[in-house]
Amino acid sequence: MQPLLTPVQIVLTVVAVAIGAMATRFPPFFLFPEGKKPPQVVTYLGNVLPPVMMGLLVVYCLKEVPIVAFPHGLPELISIAFIVLIHLWRKNVLLSIGCGTALYMFLVQAVFVV
Amino acid sequence: MEITKRHKFRHALAAAFPHTLPVLAGFLVLGIAYGMLMLEKGYGPQWSVLMSAVAFCGSMQFVAITLLSTAFQPFEALVLSLLVNARHLFYGLSMLDKYKGFGKVKGFLIYTLCDETFSIVSSVNPPEDVEPKYFYLSISLLDYLYWVFGTLLGGLLGGLMPFDMKGLDFALTALFVVLFIEQMKKKGNWILGLIGIACALISRFVFGAGNMVLPALIIILITLLAGRKNLCNLC
Repeated sequence: MQPLLTPVQIVLTVVAVAIGAMATRFPPFFLFPEGKKPPQVVTYLGNVLPPVMMGLLVVYCLKEVPIVAFPHGLPELISIAFIVLIHLWRKNVLLSIGCGTALYMFLVQAVFVV
Repeated sequence: MEITKRHKFRHALAAAFPHTLPVLAGFLVLGIAYGMLMLEKGYGPQWSVLMSAVAFCGSMQFVAITLLSTAFQPFEALVLSLLVNARHLFYGLSMLDKYKGFGKVKGFLIYTLCDETFSIVSSVNPPEDVEPKYFYLSISLLDYLYWVFGTLLGGLLGGLMPFDMKGLDFALTALFVVLFIEQMKKKGNWILGLIGIACALISRFVFGAGNMVLPALIIILITLLAGRKNLCNLC
């Protein structure tokens, strides 16, 4: 199959996507440069945002999981519950992620086959 | 690079590598999937790798496949990219202090600041004998290379996958879940984590999976600003 766009059009699309992405990454650093003390509200947001954004990212990862249709998000629910338990028990980041991912792969490949 | 600098960087790379293993698994799988999808639409590895290396924004790159296979629409690409990537604005605010004084390296750290790098950097402290600058550079560089390399693999291999990788990309969800738990250990953070989950869930169900990012960020911002007095006391 041939690309729909010409090479120039492809490069321009890549540049457009990149500009969009960078316009979300650079502004905080330009608005609040190192020499100047940022306003208190910015420091406050910088402090409270990490845990908030981790919560958002967990939900964001699961946004496409079907709830009404089979398997009703069960592989995700079971694997996440397992990760939480094993992490609270062993407190080892890589162990929790490794075991949780292995369990999920087993569930979607062998148990909840669509 | 001088000998000492190179030595320091190697030392930091070794310390950072284990933290990036889940990203290695996730980015390889998703990168391969991305390279394969692009190939299916006629875009060989030269194009998919170019996109991954220059734009480096996972979920937006998947959205852009649809754009690339319908018509030339650079303006839509730019606007969609702004919307899907808007969450990075918040990462930057959290990294202002951490990335302070890093000189030339800082540009690269900002350019490659993605979900995964943000999660690791905001949850893990560099070991005492490792220079923070090189530790953060190692995490960013490794994550970046995993994504580009995964894309290349997908573009080259096409449909020829050696084993069934279905579900391996769950490593990234697992990473976020575990780092979420790690964040919750800090006193007072549980309420912040709940705010994040609640705002994201509301946005997911009101605006749908495809449009959840921007509304979620706005609700989060309003909640954090409105609750500033109470939340300040907690942390």
